[in-house]
Amino acid sequence: MSYLLILGAKSDIAKAVAREYAKNGYDIYLAARNIEELLPLSQDINIRYEKEAKRVIFDALDFKSHQAFYDSLDPKPIGVISAIGSLGIQEKAQNDFEKAQKIIETNYVGCLSILNIIANDYEQQKSGFIIGISSVAGDRGRKSNYIYGSAKAAFSAYLSGLRNRLHDANVQVLTVKPGFVNTQMTKGMDLPAKLTAEPEDVARDIYKAQQKGKNVIYTKWMWRYVMMIIKMIPETLFKQWF
Amino acid sequence: MNLNSWGNYPIIKNTVFDYTDDLFNILPLPSIPHGNGRSYGDSALNTNIIHTIKHNCFLSFNKENGVLHCESGVLLSEILEIFVPKGWFLSVTPGTKFITVGGAIASDVHGKNHHIAGSFSNTVVSFRLCLPNGKIVTCSHKNNQDFFKATCGGMGLTGIILDTKIKLQPIKSSSINQITIKTRNLKETFEAFEKYKNYTYSVAWIDCMSKGENIGKCLLMVGEHADDGHLTYKNETKFSIPFNFPSWTLNQFSVKLFNMLYYSTDITQKKISLDSFFYPLDAIRHWNRIYGKNGLTQYQFVLPKEKSYEGLQKILGKIASTGKGSFLAVLKLFGKGNNNYLSFPTEGYTLALDFKIEPNIFNFFDELDQIVLEYGGRFYLAKDCRIPRKIFEQGYPQIETFRAFRKAHQLNDTLQSLQSKRVGI
Ligand SMILES: Cc1cc2nc3c(=O)[nH]c(=O)nc-3n(C[C@H](O)[C@H](O)[C@H](O)COP(=O)(O)OP(=O)(O)OC[C@H]3O[C@@H](n4cnc5c(N)ncnc54)[C@H](O)[C@@H]3O)c2cc1C
Ligand SMILES: NC(=O)c1ccc[n+]([C@@H]2O[C@H](COP(=O)([O-])OP(=O)(O)OC[C@H]3O[C@@H](n4cnc5c(N)ncnc54)[C@H](OP(=O)(O)O)[C@@H]3O)[C@@H](O)[C@H]2O)c1
Repeated sequence: MSYLLILGAKSDIAKAVAREYAKNGYDIYLAARNIEELLPLSQDINIRYEKEAKRVIFDALDFKSHQAFYDSLDPKPIGVISAIGSLGIQEKAQNDFEKAQKIIETNYVGCLSILNIIANDYEQQKSGFIIGISSVAGDRGRKSNYIYGSAKAAFSAYLSGLRNRLHDANVQVLTVKPGFVNTQMTKGMDLPAKLTAEPEDVARDIYKAQQKGKNVIYTKWMWRYVMMIIKMIPETLFKQWF
Repeated sequence: MNLNSWGNYPIIKNTVFDYTDDLFNILPLPSIPHGNGRSYGDSALNTNIIHTIKHNCFLSFNKENGVLHCESGVLLSEILEIFVPKGWFLSVTPGTKFITVGGAIASDVHGKNHHIAGSFSNTVVSFRLCLPNGKIVTCSHKNNQDFFKATCGGMGLTGIILDTKIKLQPIKSSSINQITIKTRNLKETFEAFEKYKNYTYSVAWIDCMSKGENIGKCLLMVGEHADDGHLTYKNETKFSIPFNFPSWTLNQFSVKLFNMLYYSTDITQKKISLDSFFYPLDAIRHWNRIYGKNGLTQYQFVLPKEKSYEGLQKILGKIASTGKGSFLAVLKLFGKGNNNYLSFPTEGYTLALDFKIEPNIFNFFDELDQIVLEYGGRFYLAKDCRIPRKIFEQGYPQIETFRAFRKAHQLNDTLQSLQSKRVGI
């Protein structure tokens, strides 16, 4: 029995990841603030792939609970993925510090808090893998979502450092940078079809990259080049154009 | 995101809402449920659409009696992938597996075994229906019968089917023993249907190009589940049509296909996979693009059995003489119908023909309609994009019961499709 721990399991991307890993032989911990709505998915995984899908309560913002949360998992997961995230509303967050703080804490501080605990354990075990879903929004700040983007930038930097540190302990750290994905988060937005992935595509990309021992992936893949170009635009032009 | 149906006609701009528990607090009305958009025309189209496809969880399965409990957005293809290897198959399946369970109930779909097994609702143990006022009704053949009869075949106009229990049938093999019979005209075709009526599955491909005494020439395919062999299942996608074809390619494609099969077989027997027997067209993803960018529609009707021969002679004759559209048509003998208010199947022969949308095609349909009515036939809403209200009404004796039901439950102003507005249901 090898378990994957999914943090933020109610996210559409997380649900697809759960099925992808169960299909490939993993049992799953579905961790979320409210686990009631995850009952159908856990039953589904059980019937479809004949794998366990246990639901566990987890709140990224309740930092103090994180150690006890991880201790309570038995057996321990051999890998973890964080799909926690919150876009917030940029205009509100820039005028209301509490809102900005919540965005930063959800997208960065909470993830750091729990992943630190797991990383320490994996380092000792000398095995395990850690997947963080960051975002292309962390590659360059834009006026429409830079508070979210700055938290994702911090998360990306954190994952990069962690990868460095855990390399010797044989622990893989994978940074996932989705572009646009068709999920609850982007509901109602008019997204360009060619650049928008379905959660199932993202899940497949993640599984493949993790199995291959990759470090950083963009999904859809063309986002790597889109972001390369966006990052190259000189600041003087960028501030006028975007 | 804009949702279309299989025929890509009509196309309408729409706002898509995922079904959620609190949906009806925010949903602009009227709106219409939408499964996987495999209906051909405007059954699942309106400016506001409730998309169910993300609700695709299996909830329980009883290995003793084969009852599967699942959410309504589950595709039949997902059921096959998981349950064929365990020795179970759909009790009723249409000619494509890319439809949702919700769509199968809402159109009360039929398969090649209608004469033996009836339509999809026969395999439904129960379902939960969410009304626009948020109330949830559990319906079965015994409980809330009126909701059951209105919803099966009710084209999404009674509420959102949330989840359902359906009965699967046990199989010993994932192969079908198929016999193909070649006939030279409609008379032989009818005789063949009668002769092979004890076979579980049967369907015929009619060549619509043949004229005169060869009208109704067909390949009749009948089949049974094999008893031996393995229980493996693989989604068979052979290739995908990458873009809309220029429309002239179609004619050559289907004529060649039919002739190839017709002249290479006499009576043949072979063992084939479930996918090749039930879903031959699914192997070609996006085959609707073969019909070009203006889209396609299907003309499907059923004639009462005793009038079928004469009626079909006339209709096939007319199609052959005008040389319009369809080269291949699918013919099937239905068994007895059921009591649902708007279910399509009723005892007799049903013919389904694909046409590309082109100038004058609708005038041609108007002419065909007259013949269908003359012989007491009715039309299938799941395939339709144009049937006028007056014509539609005449085929469905329980239409007033359905209308009264909608009115009594205040569904008229809340759930509507382009189609329901057109045909007045
Ligand atoms: C290649 C092909 C072959 C076909 N062969 C057959 C055949 O052999 N026999 C046959 O009977 N049909 C056949 N069909 C038609 C098809 O089975 C029906 O149109 C079916 O209803 C499509 O299901 P869907 O999930 O795509 O639903 P949609 O096309 O999205 O919707 C169809 C109807 O169901 C309603 N609906 C969908 N989901 C729900 C829900 N959860 N709750 C309430 N209402 C809902 C919609 O409002 C709409 O009225 C075929 C279609 C194709 C493209
Ligand atoms: N969609 C995109 O276009 C896109 C693009 C780039 C990156 N991403 C990233 O992809 C990941 C998954 O997002 P998604 O698109 O699938 O959107 P989503 O459905 O909104 O998922 C976000 C998840 O985070 C959870 N969450 C928020 N605060 C939490 C907390 N305090 N404790 C525990 N869980 C919490 C949410 O749980 P609740 O359901 O309980 O609120 C929700 O399930 C996120 O990290 C997101 O930033 C998405």
